[in-house]
Amino acid sequence: MADKTRLSYTPEHEWLLVDGDIATVGITDYAAEKLGDVVFVELPAVGSPATAGTVVGEIESTKSVGELFAPVSGEVVEVNEAVVDSPELINSDPFGEAWLIKVRFTELPSGLMDHAAYQALVGE
Amino acid sequence: MTEGEFSDATRRLIVLGELVSDTRTSPLHPLHEAAGASFTDFGGWSMPVRYISDLAEHHAVRTAAGLFDISHMAEILVDGRQAAEYLDYALAGRLSALERFQARYTLLLAANGGIVDDLIVYRLSEVSFLVIANAGNRNPVVAALLERAGGFEVTITDGTDDYALVAVQGPRAREVVDATAGITDLSVPLGDLGYYRCTDAFFDGAPLLIARTGYTGEDGFELCVPVASAQALWRALTEAGEPAGLTLAGLAARDTLRLEAGMPLYGHELTLDVLPQQAGLARVVALKTKGAFVGRSAVEAGPDAGARVLVGLAGEGRRAGRAGYAVTDGDTEAGIVTSGALSPTLGHPIAMAYVDPHLAAPGTTLAIDVRGTWIPATVTTLPFYRRES
Repeated sequence: MADKTRLSYTPEHEWLLVDGDIATVGITDYAAEKLGDVVFVELPAVGSPATAGTVVGEIESTKSVGELFAPVSGEVVEVNEAVVDSPELINSDPFGEAWLIKVRFTELPSGLMDHAAYQALVGE
Repeated sequence: MTEGEFSDATRRLIVLGELVSDTRTSPLHPLHEAAGASFTDFGGWSMPVRYISDLAEHHAVRTAAGLFDISHMAEILVDGRQAAEYLDYALAGRLSALERFQARYTLLLAANGGIVDDLIVYRLSEVSFLVIANAGNRNPVVAALLERAGGFEVTITDGTDDYALVAVQGPRAREVVDATAGITDLSVPLGDLGYYRCTDAFFDGAPLLIARTGYTGEDGFELCVPVASAQALWRALTEAGEPAGLTLAGLAARDTLRLEAGMPLYGHELTLDVLPQQAGLARVVALKTKGAFVGRSAVEAGPDAGARVLVGLAGEGRRAGRAGYAVTDGDTEAGIVTSGALSPTLGHPIAMAYVDPHLAAPGTTLAIDVRGTWIPATVTTLPFYRRES
């Protein structure tokens, strides 16, 4: 599981782990809890372009539909098929096994939050 | 990631889970908080949407028992010498036919036949009835009941603030209620209490109503107590239910349970814009057995030819149609989904939808537009799930 304090966060309740020019993206535990039990995940194709702020995937729970936004622009270089096969991973390990996509990006967007700022956003 | 809980209309909900200050809370709210519940705004109330896992809560109700707080629902008392006659006029069913301690599902219709609310009415005595209405319809129901009371010797009392309502549902529900300490003096023993029957009782000296009713498709009971006794009753039920696997269950599980059971939810399947016949509820309108009642002439005239009717839709895979999604027949829009989910019990998507009447026959293949992807869906008789009796 990724160290939550070292991740970057978006206002859409996604987290990013930046390593060189690759950003690994998932949704936060807060978002997972709000969704409830996740039963379906759709992720983009490897090699597809990602544009920051656009929808690249969907996360469905019994009660809700969540959209996965690309937090950065670039190319999707890897997707987590394990989470497509076992959507419940999003509830059990949102910061670890349930990473969703890896994007090779050119530059990071402004407006990313650190852990403290994200905690403040969700009121924890 | 964004979400829209209970409403796909607000898919870009940025502030998640923040409570609006004028949202009401149940008398059991502190116990839900202590149990770690997540809350949702429903009908103006902040109620538990889930405690830990909505799927686990759903399965617990199908296999053991679940405990729901439904105190958001409105309790309205109708008393008086002419209470039965009055209800026959004000509501769609023939409530005067109810025996003491019998309950009936009924509708409150507008003059144009549209559905103001769906209700359960319990006859408590010759001259006293309890009407349970949906939380979000409390005010329109009370207003309509008052307005229709002119000329009748009745008193209408909104008791919503005075009573708490909890539901124990599931195959082991009876075992749980039987074992609950403090429940005494039942007029009818639980074992003799038929479906849609109720009994008065006491809980630790406070009046208690126990009804064999519910909204899950399972056997179960709904218990109504004064607010002051609500927390003690909840604790007693929780304690007694432990050996039976009683699980605290929230509105998310309640919604998937009622959907599998083919039960309508006001605001989704039932609205002011549909007549009972369209919703498959012609049977609850007593056209033949009573005289004048509000909405009668509109129901008799019936919906326009071509008016859409409510059907069940079953699909394959794991993607569910949701409320508001279009139903299509080839390239033609043929209807709209009112509720939908991946059925936790059946493992495939299910939905209720209004479709053009010529497409309503079971077996008809239609499609649901799931955000740009057309998912095949077959018209299916309701309910999707029926418990083994």
